[in-house]
Order: sequence, then structure tokens, then C-alpha cells
Amino acid sequence: MATSILQSSQLLPEDALHSFVVEAGDPFLFEIGKGQVVRIVDLEGNQAVDTLFYNAHDYMDRYSAQDTIREQGNVFLTTGTRLISTTGNVLLTITADTCGRHDTLGGACATESNMVRYDLSKGHMHACRQSFMKGIQQWGRGLEKRDITSNINFFMNVPITPEGGLTFEDGVSDAGKYVELRAEMDVLVVISNCPQLNNPCNGYNPTPVQILIWDTNVQ
Amino acid sequence: MESTVLWSETVPGGATWSHVLKRGTALRIVDLEGGANVAAYFLNFELTAERFNLPDTLKAQHTARLAKGHVLYSDMGRILCSITEDTVGWHDPLCGLSNNALVEKKYGKATYQQSRNERHQNARDGFLVELGKYGLGPRDLHATVNFFSKVTVDEAGDLHYKPNNSLPESYVELRAEMNVLVLLNTCQHPLAPDNEYAPRPVELSISKVSPVRTNDPCRTLCRENTRGFLLTELFFL
Repeated sequence: MATSILQSSQLLPEDALHSFVVEAGDPFLFEIGKGQVVRIVDLEGNQAVDTLFYNAHDYMDRYSAQDTIREQGNVFLTTGTRLISTTGNVLLTITADTCGRHDTLGGACATESNMVRYDLSKGHMHACRQSFMKGIQQWGRGLEKRDITSNINFFMNVPITPEGGLTFEDGVSDAGKYVELRAEMDVLVVISNCPQLNNPCNGYNPTPVQILIWDTNVQ
Repeated sequence: MESTVLWSETVPGGATWSHVLKRGTALRIVDLEGGANVAAYFLNFELTAERFNLPDTLKAQHTARLAKGHVLYSDMGRILCSITEDTVGWHDPLCGLSNNALVEKKYGKATYQQSRNERHQNARDGFLVELGKYGLGPRDLHATVNFFSKVTVDEAGDLHYKPNNSLPESYVELRAEMNVLVLLNTCQHPLAPDNEYAPRPVELSISKVSPVRTNDPCRTLCRENTRGFLLTELFFL
């Protein structure tokens, strides 16, 4: 499978069922039904959107980064990627992608990992796993820290070298770029719009993103 | 390095093993025949909500493979284990666990009734049953490591399994920096191009080891690890 498949969508924002703007540093949780389509728009460019997906009827059945990359034989997510769950279900398919590359090995930042990666004094800066925790606590329905797992970073560029090295590169995303996914089953979507200031994943400038949802089951 | 072997045992292919590896001890895993695969997962036994976090481990050490000198981070900024000895040079952190559907598709079906001890097992089911014994389950199982296996990534991001990565008698040693619940499974790597179900055995030994020195290679690998060791020591103050 090719590393980067650019594909635009035919869906129009004015036809969307819902439209939300999520500011940097905030969590955002919502459910979409089988057949619905969700688009995440990088409004101002180079914004990392840390995302988790769960089977809406069984949160134990959730997005698995390792199963997804192994099944497709490639570490990058782009058009055509099937997001696989821990039990082997296809949760969503990426149906459009104008950015071209998304990461699923870089994980979500945390106050604890910020202390390791940057400085012990950085533990009081905001981080994605703080947002994930706040989001699942607000959502309730039994979600706990043990349910927070290896996530997707939409719009983030984390190249791996053939020698087994890993780097964070400047983003390949730009203002207006988006990724679009079709739910293949009912799915809970958990987003943290990344607040990280210590590395270039947000271009050192965390910005808002837009979430659009269409119901393509209705003609 | 002075050490005393406290325990040793052979784990057959396809089996699952668990132990709470205490801070101050190390676990050596020997690939007896060559070509073994050892899936591994780790949790802080004192607080099982804290467990091995693969992205934190890769990012802090700027690596997409694991080898001597690397450490395995928890999700709380602490170090669970250090890779203190390693004759292999590459262990796979990318490909995850074999599961029932994958094993059946590759090697066919072989139930207990048909095959007894030669029945087809898989790493995910092995880990879930073992985690259950500690009151844990699917919600607690996140990304894992495959010791002794090598999978590279090319410029396009495609995965390539490299056979013959681990020679007979090669070994890796994991020093516990916390009291770590270690789970191991010896099923074949999910991408191994094997024609048949033939998982390989390993030999395990647990030794007492000296306290971590200031110039320890894992501690000084990078500044991130030095901070990680400090935060781990804080946990035990």
C-alpha cells in the first residue's frame, strides 16, 4: 500500500448534520452511527489531533494501533486505511485525506512523559492525556484510565528510518486540510486537540480544529 | 556484573508465563534454538493502572526498535525495565500480538481435543487468560513488544519481517526498575513467514543484580532516561 493517498471528498459542509469547533487543549467526545461520516479539519495548519475510537456498544473493543498497522503492512494512515479494533473489527475506514499522512506510533503527550522528554519542571504544562482523562470522566459510562490506549495523531508526521530510528518532523499538514472517515459500526470518538508547546507537532502554535458529521444513510 | 541466579525454567513454544519481577532483579530470556519470538507486556504491580506505554518508550529514546541500552517506560514517566544485556540487537515494538483468527488462517485449526499439547495457541488469548488471574483483562492490555524478532520500515512506511534475526543461544536481559508484573508468550511472530505452527522454547533465569550506578548505560543513554530514572527513584522514596 502506498504511503500517501490524497483523496478529496464530495461531501459539502452545508449538508453536514453537525459541525463543531474544538479548541486546542480541549477534549471532545461524541458517538457516530454505522454509515455516518466524520471529517476532521485542520483549520489553521499543522495541528495534531489525538484520537481514539471505541465500539460504542462495548468499550473494551477499541482501536488498536498495532493490529491496524500490521494488518495493512504499513505504519502510516491515509485514504483506504481500515482502523482495526482489539477484537479484529473494522471500526472506521479513512475515505478521504487531503493531508496524506497520519501517525499512530507517536502516542499522546502527558504531563508525566513531558517531564521525561523535556524537563522535570514541565510537569505542570497541559497535555493530551489530561484532556483524555477529563473527557472520559465527563462522558462517564464506566470509562477509566485503563481504557485510554495508543491513539492516532491526525495530521502528524513521525517518520521511521530503515535503521529503526524515529523523529518528529515538521508537519505536512496545512490550513484547510482534512481527513474523513466512514463509521463501519457504531463508534465512540474521543478527541484531544493537542496543546503541546515543547515540540513541533503543532508548529509550536496549537490551534482549533473543526469536526463535521454527515449522515450518508439519508438521501 | 556480579549476579546470583535465583530461579530458572524452560518455557515451551506457545506458552504464557508471568511473574512479578522485583526491583533489584533481572530476567534473562535465552532463545535456545534460534528464531524464537517472545511477546511481552509489563505493568506496575503496585498500581496496575500504570503499565507499559509503547509511544512514550519510543519517543523518549528516539527509536523505532528496541535493543541493549533502551528502557521500557510506563505511562507515568517511570521506567519499568531496562534492557541491560542483548546479543540480538533488534526487538520489534511495532507488530503486536498474534490472535486466534490470525493463527487459524496461517496454520489451520488444531484444537485441544485433536492435538492436546500441540494445539494451536495465540499470544492475545494467552495474555488475556493470564491477566485474568491478576484481576485484570482486555481493558488493561495495550501495545506489546516482540523480543527476538525484527521488522523494518521502509521509506514508504511498509513493514518488512526479517527472518533469522535471532541465533541459537542469543539472549536479552531485562532489569526491573520497579516491581513489575511481566507477561511473556512464546507464540510465533504474527508476520513470521513460517509454513507451520512451530513455536520455539526459551530458557528463563532470574538473578539478583547490583543497584543502578550513576554511569549505568541505560541511565546515560539520553537525558530523557536520566530523568526517567530520577522519577522512578522518586516513586520509591
